[in-house]
Amino acid sequence: MGMTITEKIIAQHAGLPEVHSGELVAVLVDGILTNDISGPLALKEFEKIGVDKVFDKEKIFLLMDHFTSNANIQAATNCKYCRDFAKKQSITHFYDSGRVGIEHAFLPEKGLVLPGQIILGGDSHTCTYGALGAFSTGVGSTDIAAAMVLGETWLRIPESVKCIYHGNLKDYVAGKDLILLTIGKIGVSGARYKAIEFAGEVIDGLSVDSRLTMCNMAIEAGAKNGIMKANKAIKDYVSSFGQKAEAAVYYESDKDAIYEATIEFDVSDLEPQVALPSSPGNAVPVGECSNVMLDQVVIGSCTNGRMEDLRTAAKILKGKKTHPYLRTVIIPATIDIYRKAVEEGLIDIFIDAGAVVSTPTCGPCFGGHMGCLAAGEKAISTTNRNFVGRMGDPSSKLYLSGPAVAAASAIKGRIAHPKEVQ
Amino acid sequence: MGTVFKFGDNIDTDVILPGKYLNITDENALAEACMDGYEERFATKIKPGDIFVAGENFGCGSSREHAPISIKAAGVKCIVAASFARIFYRNAINIGLPVLESPEAVAHFMEGDNCDVNLSEGVIVDKKTGEKFLVNAYPQRIQAIIEKGGLISYVKDVIKERD
Repeated sequence: MGMTITEKIIAQHAGLPEVHSGELVAVLVDGILTNDISGPLALKEFEKIGVDKVFDKEKIFLLMDHFTSNANIQAATNCKYCRDFAKKQSITHFYDSGRVGIEHAFLPEKGLVLPGQIILGGDSHTCTYGALGAFSTGVGSTDIAAAMVLGETWLRIPESVKCIYHGNLKDYVAGKDLILLTIGKIGVSGARYKAIEFAGEVIDGLSVDSRLTMCNMAIEAGAKNGIMKANKAIKDYVSSFGQKAEAAVYYESDKDAIYEATIEFDVSDLEPQVALPSSPGNAVPVGECSNVMLDQVVIGSCTNGRMEDLRTAAKILKGKKTHPYLRTVIIPATIDIYRKAVEEGLIDIFIDAGAVVSTPTCGPCFGGHMGCLAAGEKAISTTNRNFVGRMGDPSSKLYLSGPAVAAASAIKGRIAHPKEVQ
Repeated sequence: MGTVFKFGDNIDTDVILPGKYLNITDENALAEACMDGYEERFATKIKPGDIFVAGENFGCGSSREHAPISIKAAGVKCIVAASFARIFYRNAINIGLPVLESPEAVAHFMEGDNCDVNLSEGVIVDKKTGEKFLVNAYPQRIQAIIEKGGLISYVKDVIKERD
């Protein structure tokens, strides 16, 4: 019986010739990610197990990216706890303010996650690395602690849903619009426990950044992982890591692989999408909500804080001013992206437009810091969730979009189609 | 026996434990914030042994283990849902918070009902009418973690066996 990419990666890591959906197997993991939210709980559980050492100090990625730069004393205490652990265990990949990036942008950028690997992360958006052709999934702190000791975890082989995209994308339409469309179609529970395999000529032609955006939000449809066959852009990207890239293994799904469902999208006429409050599943074309007045715009996050996103926003904001009654927060996802944005003049464009530009942090996305909303305020954000109270007060309202709509909305002071400001 | 708190579909982890509390690691402090995004000070209504009954996809969203920890520490005996989000389900099993899938029980129970759950037999009972709902057995690997009281004890045993 044929296997999907997901099944092939899991089988290889389980030491089995074949695996199929529904089976439970133990797999070796290539990397374990945790941060300043899941980390403190995970390390506490690790200490309860009572072993001296982590299974491999090279394979643990400890990134202080959520409440950093330390938002308050409690955040500082948590990061200190993680830092002390990293020192004691000589963890190779510990990153704090000044070096850290938002984890799901940082790890691919540094070549720390590769095609064909299994990555376990104490963060739900760990599914991002499927864009490279890796199996990656989010778990909680106790699973992280166990994997840090054993170097393995258990997985149920997920059923696969294949989403195929045909056509040519219009201007201002990118990965975020495709994934919002998809979640809108299948629902926030539509791929619960499953793998979403993204395919079709649109995905084959998509940039690395847009692919990462799409797989990042597979969890918002309930999926265990999102995955894509590596395209030329990914292979070029991975080969740029030189020697590190030698561990990459490229898999393709067999022709007779089993899919629980196949959903086809013709996206030639797709308009930029906006998810209305308070679910990532509430996607509508931007034209259907352009009367919504805004108090804040956020451009950044593990979903849309990469170079392509900043370039898209800068192209729209260049020479323009953001609306005076609105705050615009722009957050490059990593230090390297930040530096590149400085070199390309993007940061000047943002500052001239009246935006605040921050060092990399997840802060506003989860209502942690760097852009919380007051009661009744409305915001549009390039982040991944717009649940009740996600960015601040429970009565605030959050809309999700890609960077083009967010930038245009910052200028207009209301939700706007990018063509309105060109 | 406990009182039922009834919730709808897609109760997300931001509602269960809002992001502003995510730098708390103390269980008792997390218990006080349980369901704070659903209703402020909700936790003050929970008595030890009470039961959460919810619709589809309970616990969707983030991987924050703070969410099931807050529910367990608030005294909730178990969660009965039509279905659970994947990461939440794993987390609950791992920390020893019982999670049972029974769409029939969910359709039956209303807010304020009296409910008893026999975890070893997998039976949910309406104490007023006597109606019973059976829950499917867990897969063997998950049952083994449950029997140890959570993943940490399970891992301790695995290590002992390896030595």
